[in-house]
Amino acid sequence: MMLKTRIIPCLDVDKGRVVKGVNFVDLVDAGDPVEQAKIYDAAGADELCFLDITASHEDRDTIFEVVAQTAEQCFMPVTVGGGVRSVDDIRKLLLAGADKVAINTAAIHNPEFVREAALKFGSQCIVVAMDAKRNGDRFEIFTHGGRKETGIEAIGWAKQMAEYGAGEILLTSMDKDGTKSGFDIELTRAIADAVSIPVIASGGVGTLDHMVEGVRDGHASAVLAASIFHFGTYSIQETKAHMQAAGVPVRMD
Amino acid sequence: MSPKNKTVIIDYGSGNLRSAAKAFERASEEFGASEVVVTNDPATLKNADHIVLPGVGAFADCKAGLAAVPGMIDALTEQVIANKKPFLGICVGMQLMATLGREHGDTDGFGWIDGEVVEIKPSDAALKIPHMGWNALSFEPGAHPVLSGFDVGAHAYFVHSYHFAAANAGNVLAEVEYGGAVTAMIGRDNMIGTQFHPEKSQQFGLAFIANFLRWPGV
Repeated sequence: MMLKTRIIPCLDVDKGRVVKGVNFVDLVDAGDPVEQAKIYDAAGADELCFLDITASHEDRDTIFEVVAQTAEQCFMPVTVGGGVRSVDDIRKLLLAGADKVAINTAAIHNPEFVREAALKFGSQCIVVAMDAKRNGDRFEIFTHGGRKETGIEAIGWAKQMAEYGAGEILLTSMDKDGTKSGFDIELTRAIADAVSIPVIASGGVGTLDHMVEGVRDGHASAVLAASIFHFGTYSIQETKAHMQAAGVPVRMD
Repeated sequence: MSPKNKTVIIDYGSGNLRSAAKAFERASEEFGASEVVVTNDPATLKNADHIVLPGVGAFADCKAGLAAVPGMIDALTEQVIANKKPFLGICVGMQLMATLGREHGDTDGFGWIDGEVVEIKPSDAALKIPHMGWNALSFEPGAHPVLSGFDVGAHAYFVHSYHFAAANAGNVLAEVEYGGAVTAMIGRDNMIGTQFHPEKSQQFGLAFIANFLRWPGV
């Protein structure tokens, strides 16, 4: 009788179509996001995440339609990230049916944006997504799919974002993303232990033991994965059964 | 009950209501008896059979948003208190049923159910706030018609940092464990409120909504 660890499949969406990259390049088109969302909903995913990677401004409205169609058919929490830059972007996503929005680069350019968004819409719907990478003996925040360094130290950044009103942190290891070698446990635990808000671990899942490690060793409240679900390597139910057997509390009903 | 039961979801600018409306439509499909209307017109409440007050964000903001719709609080009070229509408050919509909210300063609630909305303070400091995700409901079997058909331990989706501390334990219909008991559902007479989001709680949530739509309230 307790709060369960959330298993969150993530769909990367480009111009309204699902893709999944390896280290953020070599994208492979693989389907309709709404159909994928319905499959995950029926399988008992605890939340769903859309990451909009559409680059061109004129194609950006496609995500609103994807979110709206999903919200009409899936009665589960949906987070949308990618290109969230203004209060207006947030309002449009929430009105389309998103429950939470993930802010990444815009928070780095203007940390006050997070404070403003949390005040306006409530912390419960403001997720700060941070892409972190080892740089020397510390973790730093990177942007542009891990190519551009900011010089911002990751743990201090996470604390600052929590203080500014973020309700949750979506933490991606850019060293691990796409490698299938497991989460960066040291990074995950350092961030999860430093803030009082939930942390979602992301980047690097290749096996079900990796999911267990993210929670047991990384202290994450939720684990996010894309390709292992999207390419059918493991189902949501297999993942939950494995985690439960390893002693991680998950929702089986 | 009229052949076409009408459910009114109150729109006062609190987030997205379309997905909530869709959940109510989906839940009512199985017995095909409910028309779902999302409205900010207080007059619509007169013809409602069931009334739903959603709410996300902070207590004070939601109260202000509702008060900014001319005549809405009066219409709600008339239909729920005087006319005893079945009412469901969701999340902050449930919290507003309290005497007082303590989030962002003190704000009066409707005072329908005695109690205050206070910060969750888990006994275990490692527990994160907001309380976010799926938690298992504990309740007395038979506690309420809207809980009928569910097993103790059924999971519902929560996202909140404050909860309803009821003055009378008898008004608490369900709780969850999160470093202490956190109020999950309250009610008395023709009114209930859920801290969890039935519209985001997949199969459990749709069944819960269907139970509410079948409930005559008295």
